[in-house]
Amino acid sequence: MRTVADLGIGDHGFITGFTDEKLSLKLLEMGCLPGTEVVLTHHAPFGDPIAIKVSGYTLSMRKEEAATILINSI
Amino acid sequence: MAKIPKIALIGNPNAGKSSLFNSLTGLRQKTGNFPGVTMDKLTGIWELGPKNEIEVLDLPGIYSIYPKSIDEELVINILGNPAHPDYPDMAIVVADASNLKRNLLLFSQVRDLGIPTVLALNMIDVAENEGYVINSIKLARELSVEVAEVNAKKGIGINGLKLAVQKTLENRFSSNDGLPLPVSEELITDIQVAFGDVDPYRCLLWLMEHDRMKMFSKAQCSDLDQIMVKHDFEPKKYKSAETVKRYEFLTEVVDRCVINLNRQWDAPPVKTWTDRLDKLFLHPVGGYLFFLAILFVMFQAVFTWATYPMDAIDAGVALLNDWLKGILPESTFRGLLTDGLIAGIGGVLIFIPQIAFLFFFISMLEETGYMSRVMFIMDKLMRRFGLNGKSVVPLLSSVACAVPAIMSTRSIGSRKDRLITILVTPLMSCSARLPIYTVLIALVVPEKNTLFGLFNLQGLVLFILYLLGFFMALFSAYLMKLILKAKEKSYFIMELPTYKGPRFKHVSYTILNNVKAFVFEAGKVIVAISIILWVLASYGPGNSMEDATNRIKVQNPNLSGVELSNKIAGEKLENSYAGHFGKFIEPAIRPLGYDWKIGIALITSFAAREVFVGTMSTIYSLGGEIDNENATIKNRMRAEINPQTGKPMYDMALGFSLLIFYAFAMQCMSTLATTYRETKSWKYPLIQFGYMTALAYLSAFLVYQALS
Repeated sequence: MRTVADLGIGDHGFITGFTDEKLSLKLLEMGCLPGTEVVLTHHAPFGDPIAIKVSGYTLSMRKEEAATILINSI
Repeated sequence: MAKIPKIALIGNPNAGKSSLFNSLTGLRQKTGNFPGVTMDKLTGIWELGPKNEIEVLDLPGIYSIYPKSIDEELVINILGNPAHPDYPDMAIVVADASNLKRNLLLFSQVRDLGIPTVLALNMIDVAENEGYVINSIKLARELSVEVAEVNAKKGIGINGLKLAVQKTLENRFSSNDGLPLPVSEELITDIQVAFGDVDPYRCLLWLMEHDRMKMFSKAQCSDLDQIMVKHDFEPKKYKSAETVKRYEFLTEVVDRCVINLNRQWDAPPVKTWTDRLDKLFLHPVGGYLFFLAILFVMFQAVFTWATYPMDAIDAGVALLNDWLKGILPESTFRGLLTDGLIAGIGGVLIFIPQIAFLFFFISMLEETGYMSRVMFIMDKLMRRFGLNGKSVVPLLSSVACAVPAIMSTRSIGSRKDRLITILVTPLMSCSARLPIYTVLIALVVPEKNTLFGLFNLQGLVLFILYLLGFFMALFSAYLMKLILKAKEKSYFIMELPTYKGPRFKHVSYTILNNVKAFVFEAGKVIVAISIILWVLASYGPGNSMEDATNRIKVQNPNLSGVELSNKIAGEKLENSYAGHFGKFIEPAIRPLGYDWKIGIALITSFAAREVFVGTMSTIYSLGGEIDNENATIKNRMRAEINPQTGKPMYDMALGFSLLIFYAFAMQCMSTLATTYRETKSWKYPLIQFGYMTALAYLSAFLVYQALS
């Protein structure tokens, strides 16, 4: 399964679901809805956390959190 | 007088809520005790017209009414509880028009609670620059709500907002779509029967969030738990489904009310300033360099630029004291006024320039949106030490004062990360330690340049002390990470807001509020201790004071004038209450190189460390060998002779031992009280006090033994 953590800078994907129920509410509220497009825009130094563009703004999260967001396979 | 109506300001972080609050209320604001970077609630008065005032309540920024961290809990505790003293008559939801959908999620939740609501659309100019045109009239109709377009930063559109608010207050109209997702009617009825007939969505809020709401007793909580079990209700599932459902609805609304010009022209996405700046600020190397540069400027300001106003304040207080001593007749009252009260107040005022500078920088970093980039690049590093990217703000603020710093940990979602941050924050050298450092460094470190003449040696030692505090905080955090157990995983899902020009009005309010809080809150303690100390040092048990005078006169029949009165004053101090206290603890502090005079200073500064310098000047002005030209505290201490060795008392060993002691010791009642308030348990302030005192004692012992 491909997740947001697998994206390289500039890559994008469409959210298909979540693997962590507790985190999913926070992510949903922040606009990470199923079907929404995400683009990876930044890695922090050492590759973690990451920043994504979603629903028209920039959202940062740790890599392990990004790994709970499933996206469509290419 | 009729009760004035209350309005709550609600909105996402960075939606412009605080700017609007400032535009509406101006300087008529009341703040909590220690408004810090993250504030408690703020209230202010908004004049709608002559004799028509409204109380405005500014609440912490949230993304949804379901709280994820402690600062967010405040909102449901007020909005969810109609019996709360701050329960508003209506709400203004401030929405960032450039991110409309996400901002409307919160709006729809607040409205469904049954609170009359006005929607204030902010940052329409930003949205239009990005190619989005919003039809707010249509939006108002679709959501059946009063919509006001505002520019909170410039204060435009306030009249329209006034109208919308007045209309809503008059008809108290709260449109209510009922529940976002249906649940069984019996569930709602069960809650309404037990807890009162309120809107169904509010019932669900009570059901799902009762653990975080102070309005419910333990018994009521278990009642709600039983209802949940009885109806097989799963809060997590419901909240997620509700959020998706609300977004589905809002997507349709936004599609109908917003025109996307980019899509029509098929233009490539605009490269914004934020994108360009992030390339630099989030760069693996450049990002850190830039942050270091900012820190450097910040410290430069605090330690170099701030010294000018500080010297002026110091000189002013000394001048006032000399003048008073000149015109007032010698009396107990004169002593109390000059050496007790005014010296104490001077000790408070002197911090103002540094606190003002620090909060200027911190609030500028927050305002511009840069602070969240710092959290972003620091998270991975901080995590290794059991902290969190969000710990950067408390650690940075505690260079000014640990009290607002500890309060600003509320935004840290994970309990363990937050606790560790609270416990180690006071190890950062706060501004109260600075005068102690300054005096002691001036005494024991020669003033010369070093490292090819680039750095001043005294400045270098000062810088090392700050680094020492920081690394000790990291080290302690690492140990605590190994000891403390985590109940939940920490997370770091956070918006990186677009960069904005700072609102200087807001920055100046932040500075003003913090300085005010410091002067009045910390000031009270410091002044009180100064006066108590003066009394303790001026009086002794029984006739000891007269005995001391007579003893000296008998022992030194040849002395007279200044020399005699100095000897008498010294003997008096030794026999005063303070002297007895100091002597009592002397055996315990002897290994650190301290005598009973320093002992007095240690005791008094256990309540507030900034008292140290004041105590020293009180002690030495009462008992030292002084003449008027040589009256600064530094010179008095330099003149002090160690009676055992005959050499100057304040040598390297003692100086560094004291410096280390003050760097690590937990000597601040206000901080301990804040830790208690923020952790709701005596356990953590006690741990904090215990480990820091032990650390201070051991390190000072090692330093003294190594250097002497």
